[in-house]
Amino acid sequence: MAKKQKPKLAVWKFASCDGCQLSLLDCEDQLLPLTERIDIANFPEASRAVVKGPYDLSLVEGSISTPHDAERIHQVRRASKFLVTIGACATAGGIQALRNFIDVKDFISIVYATPAYIDTLKKSTPIAEHIRVDFELRGCPINKEQLVEVVSAFLQGRKPNVRPHSVCMECKRRGAVCVMVAHGTPCLGPVTHAGCGALCPAYHRGCYGCFGPMETPNTREMSAAWERLGVKQKDLVQIYRSFNAYAEPFYSESRIHESKIHQG
Amino acid sequence: MKAKSIKVDYLARVEGEGGLYIKVKDRQVVGFKLRIFEPPRFFEAFLRGRSFREAPDITARICGICPVAYQMSAVHAMENAFDVKVDGPLRALRRLLYCGEWIESHALHIYMLHAPDFLGYADAIQMARDHGDVVQQGLSLKKAGNELVALVGGREIHPINVRVGGFYKVPGKRELAPMAEKLKRARDVALETVRWTAKLRFPEFERDYLFVAMRHPDEYPFNEGHLVSNHGLDIAARDYEKHFAEEHVEHSHALHSVLRGAGPYFVGPMARYSLNFDRLSPLAQEAARQAGLGPVCRNPFQSIIVRSVETLYACDEALRIIDEYEMPESPAVEVQPRAGSGFGWSEAPRGTLYHRYRLDDQGVILDAKIVPPTSQNQKVIEQDLREFVPERLDLPADKLRWQCEQAIRNYDPCISCSTHFLKLEIDRE
Repeated sequence: MAKKQKPKLAVWKFASCDGCQLSLLDCEDQLLPLTERIDIANFPEASRAVVKGPYDLSLVEGSISTPHDAERIHQVRRASKFLVTIGACATAGGIQALRNFIDVKDFISIVYATPAYIDTLKKSTPIAEHIRVDFELRGCPINKEQLVEVVSAFLQGRKPNVRPHSVCMECKRRGAVCVMVAHGTPCLGPVTHAGCGALCPAYHRGCYGCFGPMETPNTREMSAAWERLGVKQKDLVQIYRSFNAYAEPFYSESRIHESKIHQG
Repeated sequence: MKAKSIKVDYLARVEGEGGLYIKVKDRQVVGFKLRIFEPPRFFEAFLRGRSFREAPDITARICGICPVAYQMSAVHAMENAFDVKVDGPLRALRRLLYCGEWIESHALHIYMLHAPDFLGYADAIQMARDHGDVVQQGLSLKKAGNELVALVGGREIHPINVRVGGFYKVPGKRELAPMAEKLKRARDVALETVRWTAKLRFPEFERDYLFVAMRHPDEYPFNEGHLVSNHGLDIAARDYEKHFAEEHVEHSHALHSVLRGAGPYFVGPMARYSLNFDRLSPLAQEAARQAGLGPVCRNPFQSIIVRSVETLYACDEALRIIDEYEMPESPAVEVQPRAGSGFGWSEAPRGTLYHRYRLDDQGVILDAKIVPPTSQNQKVIEQDLREFVPERLDLPADKLRWQCEQAIRNYDPCISCSTHFLKLEIDRE
């Protein structure tokens, strides 16, 4: 009897720190059982063997920041039946999208002595700005249990159970004390996408937004609450400008506070 | 003349995107380029204008494999600038966190990235079909390292608990107790790993390297110490830039480092080991001797044994720290920013990681310099291959290509750090 062919998985890297694809290798208990269900066909960080496409599932890490990558992502899309972007770089442009707020030429000359050798785009952009994406998994880094859920959902042909609500919900479920109410510690939890398990509040620290904006966040009220705790306009600009700086709600909110600084 | 060229689409099992080009004429390497085309991300530029408090979280994002190293070098540089001393249990907890990263990162490289080369498999998953117990063993070791990082740091990748001055929250002694049980098992696995790697077959290849690593009066180096070499270098962090220079070359997005007046140098486990053998725990020293390693190792292919010895040490050291730990009264010492410069370094799994910041009186970063291990090793990797290739030109193309890849993976290169996939081309005329 002919053996049914396993679905083929590919992992692709663009501008990133490798941490999100490492999350797959960090699934130490699930990794080998997973390979019984799925064929890891193209994953350069883990294997020198490459099975030709097309691939049933592609996981894409990283943002688009060079002319070459802007071309390459289209090849990846053409070779992929189902494509999931993983992590803040792929879903929001990553920390390297801080260049989107300035002239990238200034950045190049700060880091490299011979800027002419560097070929880069003016902006670092999320994958969905270039191609159709079937699902976006957020986080800097992604949560590995959520990654396993996304791959399992794909294998079972269902929608991944990844909730778009805020970190606050996870905090309550965990029974953590609200750091903002109890300690006056500024926290981005109310506007930040769940997924981390409310880690920072559990460590007595305010959320700093690794998972990017939740669905329909009220950033205006968030900022007002921070201002009531004495946070200055320039610091409000910074807090929205980190790993998900180019995600729309955070992008706009940081622009608002930037213009307030300029108005004095 | 018959021209021959060999191409591989990428060198896999390294972190990041790069390529290798070798041109051979009359059995001599005449052209060589280790190309790194990992897209630049400009960390040193966008750190300008950010608060000193953000440096550990932002620089962690340079590398998902060794974020703790970035966090540690950053906090030490900031504390140097503000003249803050973190001591006692807080210092011990930082060392404990670092042990976790060494275990996790080394186990990943030993079992999943490097060992398949020695046994002729494309990856650890294929290797697991014939050596299931070995791969399971490696995964359990890696898991123990990750659990330690998550316990102290909050999560494995980009921990959230590190801050300038200490931590946000510190564990109680009882919280660490279950980890000690896991680490005892991990230590047994690490010892078995040293024995297992010692049985692998190694190519005859030794060079007289210029080793550079940190050295501490009484500890195997993680966070503190001078930078020393096997040729008499002995400097403090603030003198790093007087002795080392970075060069920008056309074929690479990573800057190349040289020791002024001496040229290329070697950082990472083999350098650390060879300069600090006497600082290893008795258990780690004994395991190294039984594995047939002397106090100095010059065969980069044997770096897999050295990594195993360091993993064993990290388990041993973590257990010592947990045993002696008493919960500090406060999770952090107070930090008052002031204008000036701060210098810091630490021993990342792949070698010395240097950070330097200039700050204003509010602690806003005016400029930043970060020198990761892989950019320091690039020239040594090139030199290794220049010597390695001519001796092996009669090998079949595929075999030669694979051995070149293996020679590069000796260094566990993290190309994401130094600015993925290595493309190997060999031109033969």
